Amino acid sequence: MKKEKESKFAVKGKLIIVEGVDGSGKSTQIRLLETWLRYVGVPVFFTEWNSSPEVKEIISKGKKRNLLTPTTFSLLHATDFAARYERNIFPLLRAGYVVLADRYVYTAFARDVVRGCSPEWVRHVYGFAVKPDIAFYFRVPVEISFDRIVKNRPKLKYYEAGMDLNLSNDPYESYRIFQSRIVEEYESMVDSEGFTVIDGTADIEEQQKQVREKIMHVLPRQGLKRSAGAGGKW
Amino acid sequence: MKQSQIRVEPRPIRYYGKGIPYLEDREVKGRLIVIEGPDASGRSTQIGLISAKLEADGHAVLNTGLKRSELASEGIMEAKREHILGRRTMSLFYAADFADQLENKIIPALRAGYIVLADRYIYTLIARAAVRGESRRWSHQLFGFAIMPDLVFYLDVDPNELVHRVFQKNKVLDYYESGADLGLSADMYESFIIYQRLIAREFRGMQRRYNLLLVNGNRPVPETNADLQNKIDYFLGSVRGQ
Repeated sequence: MKKEKESKFAVKGKLIIVEGVDGSGKSTQIRLLETWLRYVGVPVFFTEWNSSPEVKEIISKGKKRNLLTPTTFSLLHATDFAARYERNIFPLLRAGYVVLADRYVYTAFARDVVRGCSPEWVRHVYGFAVKPDIAFYFRVPVEISFDRIVKNRPKLKYYEAGMDLNLSNDPYESYRIFQSRIVEEYESMVDSEGFTVIDGTADIEEQQKQVREKIMHVLPRQGLKRSAGAGGKW
Repeated sequence: MKQSQIRVEPRPIRYYGKGIPYLEDREVKGRLIVIEGPDASGRSTQIGLISAKLEADGHAVLNTGLKRSELASEGIMEAKREHILGRRTMSLFYAADFADQLENKIIPALRAGYIVLADRYIYTLIARAAVRGESRRWSHQLFGFAIMPDLVFYLDVDPNELVHRVFQKNKVLDYYESGADLGLSADMYESFIIYQRLIAREFRGMQRRYNLLLVNGNRPVPETNADLQNKIDYFLGSVRGQ
């Protein structure tokens, strides 16, 4: 991944991303962070995995018909990512925004590799993406994240449960194995990618406190003290 | 010559890069032949003629091409119409469409011993992306899952000749095939000529890396066809003994 830009325009903004398995609590935390940053007047942009309107529909169509192979699954998610990256993430970073991303390239590095894609290939595909200023990884034992998800869902979707991997005929068993493999991939990236690990089993407030403390190191401090007043220099 | 009497030994699939690691059956019996070239270069006419000849010779033939996947083709058409997606996004979108064709159509046909005739392959996608500023290296790596064809022909047609063929077919120059999105010239005709030259230059640049066989496409259809058919027959004859 790129460290700095080849472009003559410096990247003034900050990129903060969260990663972790479903049920790790990462989305809750990044939403709280977003609310807080908006409250103190920091220009914020929030983006999440698999959300670009043009691509999302095609992905969901393919998923419904179980048409996807690991490679097409990977490439369509990369297409979604690139659409958001080219139009939102990168231009907004250049404009000085704090960009908050719920899942980033590491989701692909973990999931697509578990599905059987070559790790080197997946990294090449996403080679254009800048490295985040902070990458939070929400570490949770699989049993806990599994319980959090399964409690609220009457049924798991085919790809969500990793049914395409033929791990088990039981969707819940398949999901559990799939998630534990994803955790293994995430864990293998903690040092090499420089994740900031947050204990996802701690209280929500405690986690948010840690997240904010880490953010303070990245954002110019005086701006955060001077609350309110949107749009100003921070 | 009766093809049915010939036993074809399976061969391992060869890829441009890291390949498709999760594929269990990694051997093929068929052959992959690609015809590349700009719009109106005569690709589809040639493919029709070659298919008929190969089938008459007793081969099982499958035709395939870009933007024909069930998965992504509609989305690509829409994105092109609306000009909404950036170049890298389009590259990935095309790659997804190509991967779908490759895994669901080309590879199964090659396993079954078909001769697959592909109307364009990754080279057009790499060339188009490169003239729009994409890194050739990135594109090359992106297509690391693509299998190496047995033969790749590039129908080389002079842009000035090409423009006449386009007008015989359509009366209008296609927006993207003229590179109108690149702002090369306000004059569509001029833009078309410049763009096609740039694309042709990319193909020449790829010639050695991807073993492209340049075929003079300026000639009349039967002449170009005889040339292509000879090369294909020679190749199939030479591999038959292996």
